[in-house]
Amino acid sequence: MATQDLSAAEAAGLPARRLEAQSRRYGEKAIKAFLAACAVLSVITTTAILFSLLTPSIGFFQEVPLTEFFGSTQWFPSQAFFGVLPLVVGTLNVVLWSMVFAIPIGLGAAIYLSEYAPRRVRKVIKPVLEVLAGIPTVAIGFFGFYFLVPLLRDIWPGDFLGGPPGAYMAGAAALCVGLMIVPIISSISEDAMSSVPGGLREGAYALGASKMRVALRVVFPAALSGIVASIVLGISRAIGETMIVLMVAGNLANISLNPVEIVQAMTAYIGITATGDIATGTVEYDTIFAVGVLLFTMTLVMNLISIRFVRKFREVYE
Amino acid sequence: MVGAMAEGTTKQVHDRPEISVRPDDLRARGPAEHREKTFELKDVAVSYGDSPAVKNVTMDIYRNNITALIGPSGCGKSTLLRCLNRMNDLIPSARVEGQLLYHGADLYGPKVDPVQVRKLIGMVFQKPNPFPKSIYDNIAFGPRTLGMKGDMDEIVEKALRRAALWDEAKDRLSDNAYGMSGGQQQRLCIARAIAIDPDVVLMDEPCSALDPVSTYKIEDLMLELKERYSIVIVTHNMQQAARVSDMTAFLTVEMTSDEKNRWGQVVEYDDTDKIFTNPSDSRTEDYVSGRVG
Amino acid sequence: MSGESGPVSRRVKFAADGARSATLAALDRQPGGHVLRNRLFLGLLVIAVGIALVGLAAILIDAVAKGQGRLGFDLLTKSTSANAERAGFREAIVGTAFLMGLVILMAVPIGVSAAVYLEEFGSRERWWNRLIELNIQNLAAVPAVIYGILGLAFIARGPIGIGQVLFTGALTLTLLVLPTVIIASREAIRAVPPSIREGSLALGATQWQTIWRQVLPAAMPGILTGVILAVSRALGEAAPLLLLGAFTFVTFLPNVFEGGFTALPVLIYNYARRAQEGMPEVAAAGIIIMLAVLLLMNSFAIWLRNRFEQKW
Repeated sequence: MATQDLSAAEAAGLPARRLEAQSRRYGEKAIKAFLAACAVLSVITTTAILFSLLTPSIGFFQEVPLTEFFGSTQWFPSQAFFGVLPLVVGTLNVVLWSMVFAIPIGLGAAIYLSEYAPRRVRKVIKPVLEVLAGIPTVAIGFFGFYFLVPLLRDIWPGDFLGGPPGAYMAGAAALCVGLMIVPIISSISEDAMSSVPGGLREGAYALGASKMRVALRVVFPAALSGIVASIVLGISRAIGETMIVLMVAGNLANISLNPVEIVQAMTAYIGITATGDIATGTVEYDTIFAVGVLLFTMTLVMNLISIRFVRKFREVYE
Repeated sequence: MVGAMAEGTTKQVHDRPEISVRPDDLRARGPAEHREKTFELKDVAVSYGDSPAVKNVTMDIYRNNITALIGPSGCGKSTLLRCLNRMNDLIPSARVEGQLLYHGADLYGPKVDPVQVRKLIGMVFQKPNPFPKSIYDNIAFGPRTLGMKGDMDEIVEKALRRAALWDEAKDRLSDNAYGMSGGQQQRLCIARAIAIDPDVVLMDEPCSALDPVSTYKIEDLMLELKERYSIVIVTHNMQQAARVSDMTAFLTVEMTSDEKNRWGQVVEYDDTDKIFTNPSDSRTEDYVSGRVG
Repeated sequence: MSGESGPVSRRVKFAADGARSATLAALDRQPGGHVLRNRLFLGLLVIAVGIALVGLAAILIDAVAKGQGRLGFDLLTKSTSANAERAGFREAIVGTAFLMGLVILMAVPIGVSAAVYLEEFGSRERWWNRLIELNIQNLAAVPAVIYGILGLAFIARGPIGIGQVLFTGALTLTLLVLPTVIIASREAIRAVPPSIREGSLALGATQWQTIWRQVLPAAMPGILTGVILAVSRALGEAAPLLLLGAFTFVTFLPNVFEGGFTALPVLIYNYARRAQEGMPEVAAAGIIIMLAVLLLMNSFAIWLRNRFEQKW
């Protein structure tokens, strides 16, 4: 017969101690609720972002039809031209050329650090590359505008690609963005390559393969999903970068993939308009949110793709 | 009288490391039926999700005894041990069936709080797990957290003395516990467990990660501790069970014919000297004589 | 091997491909040629690393070269001004200091709490916990300017509507760094071995007592390092603050809940845009100040990690 107190134990001289809870412990329940609320804040934040983007955009798209927004090739909101294509092409211009720079540099650094670098060299170079990731983008933008563009202007060969650049240059912005992205690609790719089991390499070495062959034909393919994830993440960061394009690429909407020219990226447009004099509540002001929706969607898609690739990589090696 | 008995035990353990039977006066007092029961298990079974781990356990564990659970690996000894202080609650898929009484009270009753249970039934783990704090704070953690009244310095000293660690630790109480050797760390964990003055101390293979000298020290400690506490120990070392325990339960692995399910079961539970000199079941005899397992 | 799919057979596939490639190369090998190719390859790799390092050096050297002439304590005392001689960073530095203080005050409790919930209480079986994790992963990669839009339309205006004040900037930056703090804290908490928790629970401590008195203290170095890195990122962020009115010329010290504010990176941008003689130098000097503060913070984080890191 089960009883809830320790009468037998009491009889044996043990102080009566009960098995039931001594207190209700409401305090702990309240703490757990607070912790959960903090975690739920992430969902609230996403909802708030969607709210902030969509609410003004709905008003905008009631004035400006989607066909004009996506179809027209003129972006001049003050004159009621709302074709977003030039901004998208502007972003594309910078992102494309930044990737042309960042992918070889980033992957080269990754392969070097993972397969070739002696431990002491790696210990120094890895953190130094991380410093590059930590430099505020306004400093990189300053460098691009006050050093890189004038330099390129000075050394520009004749009228290659249409002549030397002016004060602003999409290609210089691309180089700066690329520099900013290199640590992302090199760090994640290097982690992916280091996770490839040594056995795979040793098998190839044992057959007489050279280091280059092992790096390119064994390690690189094996780490591919991680490498692709890093590149996609880099693209996403490049699309969302604001200060560099604002300071270096210029603020003239222009449909061109030519790196010499001035372009206006989506992020730069948002930045310059928000710091301008346009009255709030107007259609022109609401372009900030419409472009923002497009920007958010593009980066979201990139991020989801990147997550998918990271998961695919983890499946095989963890 | 107690001191003399303890001395006799120490001599016994060190002089004859092979399987030996201890003298009569150290055995549990009186015949089994008259001994006081700490735990009563009736048809206890434990499963993780759909897989059974332990089945059909019916046995009584007695006060101030050392009860050993022995058997080959995978027979659910640790699982069974962790039922006694409701540590299996930490595993979401774990399910405990049957009746488990603690001093006559249902340990798994609806109103029972596992936290309270663990204040009375402590545990020492296989790999010593001291906290990343000083030796003093390791011992004091339990009493402080449980709000025990009294002079903390005294409580710490008492626990360390009872764990035969005071002399080695008294000059380095504020040193980090990780600086101690494995054997010292395990004695620290024992001191930590008894600092909150529990009723029972469970030990899950406490010496398997330690060297022989530390093992002997802890076995001596167990024999001293059983005067105050009831001890249940899981061990894969038969000689250890023979050396220190009063009662021994031998578990073995059973499986279904298609070998898909395996679980543990108690084959025999009796006074230790009977288990080791004249077991009733042939499986027990095979195991303790080293033929199997 | 055909017909089987899954991670193990993929590894086998990589190994087989590598072996095939190596064997073919060995059979085709021209004497001497491949040594040159390998050297060239290594050379290319080193050049790649070199370009990255040169780029980094160029950014830093350029800022120092242009700004060091203008560097001086007067930058800390002079106000925001369009005149290069009178221009300083007083309001911007104070603004950034206030912002960072508020960000730490808000992001640490909320971020660590969320991390504790996800690691200690949230089981991955439940869909809402997976939703929370997915949200955090996505928010970590949302562009900073979008957080600015969030601050503008939701906090400054919209439902919260407190206007374009310093606190809005602080709140926006907090939301920006929160995913990073949560992720870093989770890793630090996860690194604490389960045996510590078991030991504590076996003594009759409750789950929260175990977390508060054992897990969090043990995870604190990792958490602090993550917080410092997150805050140093917030320090250099200009884009979200542009949308919150920090771009205007502010010549008064900020009040947290009223009036305008500015911050160091924003003012640097402001100065850098101006064509007047001497302004780029002021901007560069501001960059030097900002980089120096960041260097200090990151060094402190590294020191913290090395000094207190627990090797389990």
